[in-house]
Amino acid sequence: MAAPQPINVEDLNIYYGDFLAVEGVDVQIRPRSVTALIGPSGCGKSTFLRTLNRMHEVIPGAYAEGTVEINGQNIYDSRVDPVNVRRRVGMVFQKANPFPTMSIRDNVLAGVKLNNRRISKAAADELVERSLTGANLWNEVKDRLDKPGMGLSGGQQQRLCIARTIAVEPEVVLMDEPCSALDPISTLAIEDLVHELKEEYTIVIVTHNMQQASRVSDRTGFFNIAGTGKPGHLIEIDDTDTIFTNPTNKQTEDYISGRFG
Amino acid sequence: MSTTEVTPDTHEGSSVSLQSSRRRLGDSVFSALSVGSGLLIFVTLALVAIFLTTESMPAVMESREATGSASGFSLLETTLPLVFGTVLAAAIALAIAIPVSIGIALFISHYAPRRLASTLGYLIDLLAAVPSVVYGLWGGLWLVPRLEPLYLFLNQTLGAWPTWPGFVPWVGGDPVIALFAGEPHAPMRNLASAAIVLAVMVLPIITAVAREVFLQTPRLQEEAALALGATRWETIRTVVLPFGRSGVVAASMLGLGRALGETMAVLMILAPGATFSFRILEVGMHQSIAANIASKQAEASGTEMSLLIFTGLVLFVLTFLINAVARWIVARSGVKS
Repeated sequence: MAAPQPINVEDLNIYYGDFLAVEGVDVQIRPRSVTALIGPSGCGKSTFLRTLNRMHEVIPGAYAEGTVEINGQNIYDSRVDPVNVRRRVGMVFQKANPFPTMSIRDNVLAGVKLNNRRISKAAADELVERSLTGANLWNEVKDRLDKPGMGLSGGQQQRLCIARTIAVEPEVVLMDEPCSALDPISTLAIEDLVHELKEEYTIVIVTHNMQQASRVSDRTGFFNIAGTGKPGHLIEIDDTDTIFTNPTNKQTEDYISGRFG
Repeated sequence: MSTTEVTPDTHEGSSVSLQSSRRRLGDSVFSALSVGSGLLIFVTLALVAIFLTTESMPAVMESREATGSASGFSLLETTLPLVFGTVLAAAIALAIAIPVSIGIALFISHYAPRRLASTLGYLIDLLAAVPSVVYGLWGGLWLVPRLEPLYLFLNQTLGAWPTWPGFVPWVGGDPVIALFAGEPHAPMRNLASAAIVLAVMVLPIITAVAREVFLQTPRLQEEAALALGATRWETIRTVVLPFGRSGVVAASMLGLGRALGETMAVLMILAPGATFSFRILEVGMHQSIAANIASKQAEASGTEMSLLIFTGLVLFVLTFLINAVARWIVARSGVKS
């Protein structure tokens, strides 16, 4: 397997209809590491995250212009099928969203069944165990794989969603405030998991919680807006330690020291 | 309610009693009105049921089944063919309408651009508002002649199919179910024509309800599927349809209710008969309860009227049962989001 390549974002403008929501993002996201995106509400960090797997455009009228290179391929090339992008760039959402009509097992297999349809029972069992183990959930659910996924606790549901995402073996995992609806203990479980996952995956995580960003990430990017109705910008991105101890930009310093936001 | 004296001693100087000094007039009037309206439903339903039961009693008592004599009319032999015709027409109408409705609803909720979707939704609602007598005219005068080639084609190619064993030979029905068999002839005032017009009539109800349910699919569920690399159709299959299943069942049952009770369109299209035949292309084989009542009640009297009312009671119970079953299905398979 070739050495993993960074995600290259060049001159990315993100729109909702006529409204320019995020302007001119240029960034390189390191492979096999955790990049956290922080910033005040409405600054466009989640919007930016959703452009990395072309989920932004599922909102009517929403689109993005520019280049996002994943593994050397621009996912905004006109010949690229967004469905294929999403199969290689997984996503975990703010609120756990297991499929309500499916069992725990079927939830884990949902993506795989979409992608290559047929999978032998033995291979499926193996994959379910591996994915759930990877999401630190196996020991808690191994005796009730056929029970509905909605029966789990919030934190377990979120780990189930992570298991479902890594079951399709993506290259990148995007996380959109994955702990915002969870209690501190479940949050800790997810954060530990993020640490383990970066061995295999490139992870980009949006968070409102700066402590979380400093705990889990290797690099941190700060987004900000000049005001309501103005586009968001990526102000600064650097090693997490640098951002939190010695940021270059005054706005970043103000934000992390709690002077606004 | 507030019978205990409460003295607000936390506020200095204020000693406003919390005890209610008088019943609020608006409240009691409104509460009486709403309770009354609620009770009215029970009363009306009971009155209808009582009317149907008492008025159909003479026919029941005089029937061959009650008297035990060999002469006179048979309650079962008059009623069952009508029930059969009613149910068969409604079933075929639903078999046509449900897939089409789901297709239209999905198109409106998930495929059509927003402006087209709202226009289409509006047109569908408009279709529901067209009086059935208009459908009857359109069906009888315009549609029936145009369906003739289709019927002849079906009769020739599929006339011997499908041939499952029929389930009503004991009352003189077909030994086999062969939907397109027989000798259809113009004008095609057969059950198939009536069912097609019924399908058009129930289409708006089913579509409207299904569309609402599909639109309520949690955005987060759909995004979960999309983010896993599902195509639009795969998203619909894994998320939207499972979520909307109970809604579609409920919608279909509403449609079934309308199809069973629909009178004018059937009356104006169908040439009546009284058999248990599954040959839906043959003319003069079937009749529905509602159309039968409408066509005969003006000239009926005495026992004949009572017999008509009895068939009305049967229809009443039938629709009641179907609604109950529909509710049971919806309650049982309700998806919690």
